[in-house]
Amino acid sequence: MTIIQVRDLSFTYAGSSKPALKNVNISVEKGEFVLVVGPSGGGKSTLLRCLNGLIPQFYEGEYSGKVVVDGLEPDKTPTYMMSQVIGMVFQNPQNQLFALSVEADIAFPLENLGLPRDEIIQRVEEAMELLNITHLRDRSPFELSGGQQQRVAIASVLAIKPKILAMDEPTSFLDPLTAAQLLSIIDDVRKRLQLTVLLVEHRVELAAAKADRIVVVSDGCVVFDGSPRDFFEFYDSHLYGVSSPKVTSLSKRLKTHLEKWNRVCLSAEEFEAEVRSLVSHL
Amino acid sequence: MSAIFESVHYIYPSKVHALRGVSLEFRPGELVALMGENGSGKTTLLKHINGLLKPVKGRVIVEGIDTRTASVAQLSQVAGLVFQNAEEMFFESNVFDEVAFALRNFGYSEEVVRKRVEWALKFFELDTYSSQSPFLLSGGEKKRLAMAIILAWSPRIICLDEPTIGQDSLQKEKMKHMIKMLNTQGRTVLLATHDVEFVAELRPRVILLSKGEVVADGKCEEILTDETLVKKASILMPQLVYAFKRLEDLGFDSRVLDVDDGVRQVLKVLRHESV
Repeated sequence: MTIIQVRDLSFTYAGSSKPALKNVNISVEKGEFVLVVGPSGGGKSTLLRCLNGLIPQFYEGEYSGKVVVDGLEPDKTPTYMMSQVIGMVFQNPQNQLFALSVEADIAFPLENLGLPRDEIIQRVEEAMELLNITHLRDRSPFELSGGQQQRVAIASVLAIKPKILAMDEPTSFLDPLTAAQLLSIIDDVRKRLQLTVLLVEHRVELAAAKADRIVVVSDGCVVFDGSPRDFFEFYDSHLYGVSSPKVTSLSKRLKTHLEKWNRVCLSAEEFEAEVRSLVSHL
Repeated sequence: MSAIFESVHYIYPSKVHALRGVSLEFRPGELVALMGENGSGKTTLLKHINGLLKPVKGRVIVEGIDTRTASVAQLSQVAGLVFQNAEEMFFESNVFDEVAFALRNFGYSEEVVRKRVEWALKFFELDTYSSQSPFLLSGGEKKRLAMAIILAWSPRIICLDEPTIGQDSLQKEKMKHMIKMLNTQGRTVLLATHDVEFVAELRPRVILLSKGEVVADGKCEEILTDETLVKKASILMPQLVYAFKRLEDLGFDSRVLDVDDGVRQVLKVLRHESV
């Protein structure tokens, strides 16, 4: 079932002469994990903002084309309604947190929706458990580490129970170890909740093996849309400002040397499996 | 010596003891990466080199000058620091003046200033923004402007705090070449970074910091492949090292920092066994 449909979408920010998106066409199936990559300034964030209606409702500019997200048109639907379908997480979690305790932060949007008290309590508990932050419930979000803050931000979005989770470089303020942990949690949560996920992420080496699909946005256009393996195998990802995981570059090279080398690997685990199977067949 | 740290301690006014007896020597023309988790003392250490911070105990000697006896302005001429948050460096109304500011202060003629600024902006692909406000640039562009500001007066020691954050792979590649170029010109380059893959490609001397102390100091090849050390400093291992560690039982050597090393390792094992 298609949950996101984008047709001939173009957008130019007010005051800019260059379009940020040009005739973009994408469709996303329910439950898919889509990794969105490309050079900085290429239009990735603009695309996400069009999906929840921030564009054109809060950013002025020239908008054309048609976007349908779970049956709603984000350019015509009030954002409080869109936020129940598609949750957004941004680079800097501090921009999303403001309450005096973790618990209160997660409860805030639910109170705004006017949900009954018991339901709010239940959803807050569930969301904290999903992101493994129950032990932080009484802490102030501002005294937490960056990784913990980002988990609180994700929990407060998931408590609304959206069908889609859209994240704009959620790990860019985190150190690599914490980033790797956060991406594993995200992958685990989306499988458990069967969420549709759109993730803009520069750390391709941590995300490529988890994604079902990769969409490369460059200079306002979708220049590739397909499986991560095909992208790294058949394209020179560097030309699109996308770094390729080191094991991917290595397995690509080995494929040219060894006839029996089967596939281009996206993670260290895949690489290990490939080498083991070749060694066992010697 | 380019810079010498003698049992340096630093305590912030908030009472955080950020450096705890750090002793290090940096030779002229050396390329050094400072690594370690957030709060390990990387940035604090860099700020001692241009005198922004002065040791509360011990001393720092930069190009023969004891930093306690010199001003930041004097030290900046020999040691430039590019901040992690580039915006902290900006205050002019346009990109050109931002780069020109220090040069004018150092007393260069307007002709020299113009040439240096134009060179630096072109090098970092910022020449089209010359008359724009620095605050309107994208995150990656701001970072490059911060570097252009420092490189325009070409100090002998260059300190870069998290230079690769927010840069896409093309910009990272360029930055790698720039660092190598500065290094071959004999400049001392110190990087504070979390980016293990970037470090693995540059192969500098690596200093691991943890809780304000130096826990390891040596060759990149030795430190980034040492599981115990890497864990101690809470950093990720380079992906290739991690992949080959998993294959050690098959006779693979895990000291693999780049793709060429990896190709050689795999071919050696697979072809050798097939003979």
